[in-house]
Amino acid sequence: MAKITASVFTSHVPAIGAAMDLGKTHEDYWKPVFAGYDFGKQWIKDNKPDVIFLVYNDHATAFSLDLIPTFAIGTAAEYEVADEGFGPRPVPKVIGHPDLAAHIAQSVIQQDFDLTIVNKMAVDHGLTVPLSLMFGEQDPVKGAWPCPVIPFAVNVVQYPVPSGRRCYNLGQAIRKAVESYDEDLNVHIWGTGGMSHQLQGPRAGLINKEFDNAFLDKLINDPEAAASIPHIDYVREAGSEGIELVMWLIARGAMTDVAGGKPPKLAHRFYHVPASNTAVGHLILENT
Amino acid sequence: MSLDKPYLDVPGTTIFDAEQSRKGYWLNQFCMSLMKAENRVRFKANERAYLDEWAMTEEQKQAVLARDLNWCIRLGGNIYFLAKIGSTDGKSFQQMAGSMTGMTEEEYRNMMINGGRSAEGNRYVGEDGDAQAHRQPQGSAGKKGI
Repeated sequence: MAKITASVFTSHVPAIGAAMDLGKTHEDYWKPVFAGYDFGKQWIKDNKPDVIFLVYNDHATAFSLDLIPTFAIGTAAEYEVADEGFGPRPVPKVIGHPDLAAHIAQSVIQQDFDLTIVNKMAVDHGLTVPLSLMFGEQDPVKGAWPCPVIPFAVNVVQYPVPSGRRCYNLGQAIRKAVESYDEDLNVHIWGTGGMSHQLQGPRAGLINKEFDNAFLDKLINDPEAAASIPHIDYVREAGSEGIELVMWLIARGAMTDVAGGKPPKLAHRFYHVPASNTAVGHLILENT
Repeated sequence: MSLDKPYLDVPGTTIFDAEQSRKGYWLNQFCMSLMKAENRVRFKANERAYLDEWAMTEEQKQAVLARDLNWCIRLGGNIYFLAKIGSTDGKSFQQMAGSMTGMTEEEYRNMMINGGRSAEGNRYVGEDGDAQAHRQPQGSAGKKGI
């Protein structure tokens, strides 16, 4: 049977992708950011997943105001890299896992989460920057991401966005869905976005290290408490775009301790300010 | 019964909810069109003519022409959509975000390097943080011409 063995959490700041694409990773500004991912790059070589279930948000890329799904699962065979206004990032296209994705879609909908099923969409920096951070630079044509990816897009652009509690419960349904898949697959679930940041208005540039670190503590040790944080606390404390952190709760909810198993092992924790407008956070948790 | 909107008392912040989205529908959809290279070329060649192809209000068009992102947001724009204008202009997200504070690019960049804007005094309207209305504009860029 398929099993979720680990969860990876990371910010997905577009400027991080741009720094990689433009060869700026060795600049003093960027060095500490990328140093925080050295561990993860080696870790993922040693713990190579068969499939990544990647929770992210679309930034008005595949979904305009014409269509705003709260939770959208990608069931396509492959996904183009989006042109977000400055040409597509020079990274390989993303290969999906249609069979597992369709299985998860069916199982999760039967557990009362009404997902939107997407058979064609372009993926933006929300999905490709985490892949770049964990797998390093890849040639856009000759290269390939090391494993298939199931994109799972969450609406955090137009309010109301799903609550942290809803996301956490959804993660539990995803874990059950994966475990009911017959083939033996090592699945990682990634939660991306955040941490504190605000990209708009006179309050742009807000960063809250205390909130972020308390959130990391809770996510690791007391995810129930993290799931109880209301929207307004993210907005007030972590900036209007800090709301992206609800997506981390989907990945956390999919860990086995939430279903009565043993607490996960914290393999890595990293926090850095700033990357462009944003606080960068990164965790790796392994099921034990 | 009115909707619960607990986020209206956060200073310097506009939450993009269903009401803002209705107001900004065409403004944001215009922005989406800039994800195609050929549209970026047409927009840059004649911004006014390109904007006139969209069912935007005159004020929304003026706000885009002025590249005033705070104005665009008041009129229903959302930053992730508006970012397509910035990308078309070759601006980074940091330049776009900074432009809404009244700081110069350098001032804003330095604020971020020094740990970003504090939440202290910036949680509720009526406190005394640097994002409060009575403390705008914040930097020397916004004070030019005063």
